[in-house]
Amino acid sequence: METFVFYIFSAFMVLSALMVITVNNPVKAAFFLVLSFFASAAIWLLLEAEFLAIILVIVYVGAVMVLFLFVVMMLDINMAQIKRGFVNNLPLAVAVAIAMFVTIFFVVGGESFSESVFTIPDRHGADYSNVAELGKVLYTDYVYSFEIAAVILLVGIIAAISLTLRRRPNTRHQKIEDQVAVKSKDRLQVVKVDAQPKKYEPAKEEQK
Amino acid sequence: MLSLTHFLVLGAIMFSIAMAGIFINRKNVLILLMCVELMLLAVNTNFIAFSHYLGDSAGQVFVFFILTVAAAEAAIGLAILVVLFRNKRTINVEELDSLKG
Repeated sequence: METFVFYIFSAFMVLSALMVITVNNPVKAAFFLVLSFFASAAIWLLLEAEFLAIILVIVYVGAVMVLFLFVVMMLDINMAQIKRGFVNNLPLAVAVAIAMFVTIFFVVGGESFSESVFTIPDRHGADYSNVAELGKVLYTDYVYSFEIAAVILLVGIIAAISLTLRRRPNTRHQKIEDQVAVKSKDRLQVVKVDAQPKKYEPAKEEQK
Repeated sequence: MLSLTHFLVLGAIMFSIAMAGIFINRKNVLILLMCVELMLLAVNTNFIAFSHYLGDSAGQVFVFFILTVAAAEAAIGLAILVVLFRNKRTINVEELDSLKG
């Protein structure tokens, strides 16, 4: 059963990855990348990494891929020009990919990672919590790295905002610092007025 | 039964596909960024497979940090891409030669 699930989701993952690199339309490529991430999350679930599988779906599918889609739709790409040279690069790409796969396969494909060396671990029981186990090491052994990761995310936010921020000269906007720094004497002027004799006007009857 | 080799070969296939994607889509920066994401996915799968078969959760912590850095990288990369397109009206890599490298 596990083997069946593994092969089904691996097939989804590999085929959608192939579609990502071959389709013409970047929007379709982004959607196939989403499918690839989903299949990969299923594979991670099979490896009992439940927390990371959920994080992959939430962060990657939910945030990063939406970001990709937004950027794809904002850019007006001339695909005919981009796609020129696609066929020229294809033989080289296939050759490099096969060469790379064969070299990696020499390392991982032999007996060194088989069942006799790395025995298949027992499944955890129903009371096992992957989140709790990960949280324990994350907040003790790796707490400094965890905080650095938070700082990296903050740097990412600030960098992305400041890169894309565009200051146009003739827009009208509030200057908050000027508004805060204003004193009452800048706005309010007390004028000394001499007292005038009051004229008496008899009230008319229509005004009542 | 599934051995560690299954997952490592899957990671190798994914990495090779992403590598081929970088060669095929040499002109489109957007697809190049997607291929980098695919590569990171393959590497993360390897990390999680080793973490499972060694019974050590350090591999999963590592994947957690890789995901963090990859999210920040994607955000900054796309921001740079948007600024690039705003200034040059193209994301074709071959036209981006103003540094004369």
